[in-house]
Amino acid sequence: MAKVLMKGNEAIGEAAVLAGCRYYFGYPITPQSELPAYLAKRLPEVDGVFVQAESEVAAINMVYGSGSAGARVMTSSSSPGISLKQEGISYIAGAEVPCLIVNVMRGGPGLGNIAPAQSDYWQSTRGGGHGDYRTIVLAPNSVQEMADMTITGFDLSDRFRNPVLLLSDGVLGQMMEPVNLPEPHDYNINSKKWALGYRGSDKNERNLCSSIFLDNDELEEHNWHLYQKYQVITDLFSKGEYKDFAVEEHLCDDAEIILVGYGIISRILKTVVEKCRKRGIKAGLVRPKVLWPFPTAVFERLAKTASQFLVVEMSCGQMVEDVKLSVDGKKPVFFFGRTGGTVPSDFEILNEVDKLVRPD
Amino acid sequence: MSSKVERIILAGFGGQGVLFLGKVIAETGMHAGKNVSWIPSYGPEMRGGTANCSVILSENEIASPMVTVPDTVIAMNRPSVTKFNQKIKAGGMLMYNSSLIERQEFRDDIRLVEIPANEIAEELGNPKVANLVMAGAYSKFSKLITFDDLVACLPGLVKGAKKEMLDINLAAFKKGFDYVEEKKYMFGRYVYSVFKGI
Repeated sequence: MAKVLMKGNEAIGEAAVLAGCRYYFGYPITPQSELPAYLAKRLPEVDGVFVQAESEVAAINMVYGSGSAGARVMTSSSSPGISLKQEGISYIAGAEVPCLIVNVMRGGPGLGNIAPAQSDYWQSTRGGGHGDYRTIVLAPNSVQEMADMTITGFDLSDRFRNPVLLLSDGVLGQMMEPVNLPEPHDYNINSKKWALGYRGSDKNERNLCSSIFLDNDELEEHNWHLYQKYQVITDLFSKGEYKDFAVEEHLCDDAEIILVGYGIISRILKTVVEKCRKRGIKAGLVRPKVLWPFPTAVFERLAKTASQFLVVEMSCGQMVEDVKLSVDGKKPVFFFGRTGGTVPSDFEILNEVDKLVRPD
Repeated sequence: MSSKVERIILAGFGGQGVLFLGKVIAETGMHAGKNVSWIPSYGPEMRGGTANCSVILSENEIASPMVTVPDTVIAMNRPSVTKFNQKIKAGGMLMYNSSLIERQEFRDDIRLVEIPANEIAEELGNPKVANLVMAGAYSKFSKLITFDDLVACLPGLVKGAKKEMLDINLAAFKKGFDYVEEKKYMFGRYVYSVFKGI
């Protein structure tokens, strides 16, 4: 298939359709509105359902319903809207219903502004709603990956019966790049044995999807079951089949200073690394592509060879905590961030690297 | 301007079609086999406000798609010159819409290219194609896209458009391209030397 020039938001929409998603429920908010706009036009063409719900809360509960019925379903929003969805996401995680949730991050807290930001890292990787739960968090850094990770996201959510969060930002949502769209998947809505809509050989059998466990012992058992599932997922991402998918390394082998960033920041850091190398500074880049489970092992390994780490985020410092936990005090971990919608330039980051590498 | 990569900021009033102009250049780059990126400035903006976008054309993989130091600024209105003039790389180019931007003392370390885009578009009978006049003019300078690439790309960009519209778009490309060729901006800093004499 020929390459198409598309906005990140639209690429997610088209990839969702190709992944077999036929249900979208959402509510408009900048900078992700191109995604519902695209699907409002596209889903009816493939006999899908698009609903602009009365609110974000309603939308996420519609996702809960469709996901329980066995459909591939998604919703999307930007930061304040994702906050509104947290109750529903907690229920969905508790009831183990697969779905894809897209967050095109903008500046917060509160209504903040509509410019790009990365300040929802904690909300995304620590559950976000109430209760002991996790969502798998994918962090694309190009329009191509917006498409690819949408498909991976649906596959992961079905495989683990867990909500998957695609964590992007205003730049990635708004920018256009060439995309190779993947091949369409056939998805059979009657393929999930646990789903309400499943019709097996026993016509009288009925399923139930719920997050309510009034009995203490039952809820404890359920919570440990979820915990074990999260352990399995963590293992698959840290040493199993998703090990290579979870993280990208660039020129790390001989690097003295490791720059760390995800999403759009990782693209800027790649430029910074190139400029550092031209100046004779041995810099490398680690880019987590999956934010939960966090790729801890890479940092454990590089803490042995590199002398320091610089984490760069469009926040006041959130992922830096996970990097510090992973490096575990073996090497110093520094932070540089811009917030409020400003994307740091390669020059200002280079300046920070200079200060760390040549402290005089 | 490096032959490997061209970083462009395109700016103007909302409604002048600068985002579309950026898309035309990016799409043309993609069809010419180059790596491309396009980022709009987006904000709580309205018709008559300012709009801009950043486009990168590159032979290599594009690391950062953000343009902080543009090789070229294409300015459709005066506020855009004020905003981006100082950011242009030394040795870079300021291509501006001289229908709306009067001659003035610009920087002397950049190439200046004046295109009376609105006048050319009005001559063609549709003031809305001023943006595409600029696209034609830019293709004369670009080392990564040619005039023919631009022409080849057009039908895909204005899908469903009537033939008259397609024709006027093509004419706008051609006029912009020819204007640059006639003025021989390719050689030296023609416009700047004219300015010095003002």
